[in-house]
Amino acid sequence: MNDLRDLYQEVILDHSRNPRNAGRLAEPSGTAKGHNPLCGDLITLDVLVEDGTIRDVSFDAKGCAISVAAASIMSDMLKGKSLAETHDLFRRFQDMLTGPDAVAENLDKLEVLAGVREFPMRVKCATLPFHTLRAALDNQSGTVQTE
Amino acid sequence: MNAPAGQNPEILSARADFPLLARPMHGRPLAFLDSAASAQKPRAVLDALRDFYESEYANVHRGVYLLSAQATDRYEAARETVRRFLNAPRAEEIVFTRGATEAINLVAESLGRSGRFEPGDEVVLTVLEHHSNIVPWQLMRDATGVRIRAAVADAAGNVDVDAVFREVSDRTRLIAFSHVSNTTGSVLPAREICHRARERRILTLVDGCQAVPHAAVDVQDLACDFYTFSGHKLYGPSGIGALYGCHDLLASLPPWQGGGSMIEEVTFERTTYAPPPARYEAGTPNIAGAVGLAAAIDYVRRFGSETIGRHEDAVLRYGVDRLDAVDDVRLIGTPAERAGSISFVFDGVHPHDVGTVLDREGVAVRVGHHCAQPAMRHFGVPATIRASLGIYTHAADFDALADGLGKVKELFRP
Ligand SMILES: Cc1ncc(COP(=O)(O)O)c(C=O)c1O
Repeated sequence: MNDLRDLYQEVILDHSRNPRNAGRLAEPSGTAKGHNPLCGDLITLDVLVEDGTIRDVSFDAKGCAISVAAASIMSDMLKGKSLAETHDLFRRFQDMLTGPDAVAENLDKLEVLAGVREFPMRVKCATLPFHTLRAALDNQSGTVQTE
Repeated sequence: MNAPAGQNPEILSARADFPLLARPMHGRPLAFLDSAASAQKPRAVLDALRDFYESEYANVHRGVYLLSAQATDRYEAARETVRRFLNAPRAEEIVFTRGATEAINLVAESLGRSGRFEPGDEVVLTVLEHHSNIVPWQLMRDATGVRIRAAVADAAGNVDVDAVFREVSDRTRLIAFSHVSNTTGSVLPAREICHRARERRILTLVDGCQAVPHAAVDVQDLACDFYTFSGHKLYGPSGIGALYGCHDLLASLPPWQGGGSMIEEVTFERTTYAPPPARYEAGTPNIAGAVGLAAAIDYVRRFGSETIGRHEDAVLRYGVDRLDAVDDVRLIGTPAERAGSISFVFDGVHPHDVGTVLDREGVAVRVGHHCAQPAMRHFGVPATIRASLGIYTHAADFDALADGLGKVKELFRP
């Protein structure tokens, strides 16, 4: 059960039950839908960017505890970050989950998701919000898929 | 709970025939409850594959040498084994395919190109179908202009004959449906549907993937025009399956794929096609797969499909009762007649999270939409957890499942 407790920490369960920044933005500068066909996670994410900085993020997520918690924690961290910082954060987040040496480098609250690394089938759940955010930043139409 | 009554002692010991089931999972005994996705293989099948490759393998229908003749005999003997298994009148009515998906695509495409379907004609499916019995018909629709209608299920997941025939009109040319649902385990009244369809000269295709592992099937008694199943769900290898098609149809429909073995004579102007089944088996087939499938059918026949069905029924009822007794479980589908599968959701926890916890407890279940998104929509859930059984499944596997669900509760509701 220990690695399960690492995966489903209280913080993660809390975010998945009460996601922060849930809902939709009135006037987003970008919107995207993300879908993980494997487990049916579905997220619609709005982002508001001004002068190269993320001012606001909101999302509507239907999915497993991991994807909803990841979206919630991510959205909390992004406000005020530049686009470059955001992309860098995603890269470090991916490194933590799938990189060769499992380092959690300046990931702040996202570090609670480090346990996902031990569950390769679930990595896509954790990264779906970031993939969707990236699509929203590009304001891509259509749906990004993890498969 | 007490051990279920009505179990067959011989089948209870069949588990020892499946080497993989001895493998511990995350340090626990494996409770493999995903046979509906693909079944494990008995030693008899593994041995048949190895023996065939070691002593009789060559290409079929091609060589004049003894080995090729023997391999051809084995391949054709496998066809005869499938014929007997389905009680088809003639071996030529059995076409080997990659599986049920390929078989349904074959039928949909050949029918589509046959000129038998006109724009506005109708194909009736059911809401419980696997995507492999939906999408090929949509491809055919795009090519022919037919309309697709879907028969509804009731709240318990039953699809009765009337529900099917409510969708039938003067324009209906074909009804395609699964004999047993891969999501709810609902057994459809295949015999009644096919008989009524035949009276009205409507073709029928029955997807038997989830039926043949659990029940005896007789295509003559069903009166279907097509019947298909995948070998890998019947303890056989993956990459092999069979299509039964009544001879008149197979002999008159256009071929599906072109290539070697399916022709009579080829010139650059014109090619004439071989009679069935060769007409539908272009290229080198899955020779060893057919031999392995025959071994799997022989294995099942040792116990008898009806005996297996009765035994599994006892185990499945036990599973339903165990799950029903878990507070947070809601069964998705409570069909009057069930075979093979039980779908459920766990209150407040996404199926994917439930699946991950169960995996660590050694319990392998399938979570997701089970390639049946219209069925998920019917029940108003995005996904379910599905426990499905095979000949080797014991009541103890469902005990492990129920215990695992206790762990889910512990983790998510501390
Ligand atoms: C009812 C049903 N039909 C069709 C299929 C497709 O079988 P295959 O993937 O072996 O072609 C499946 C398997 O998942 C099934 O359960």
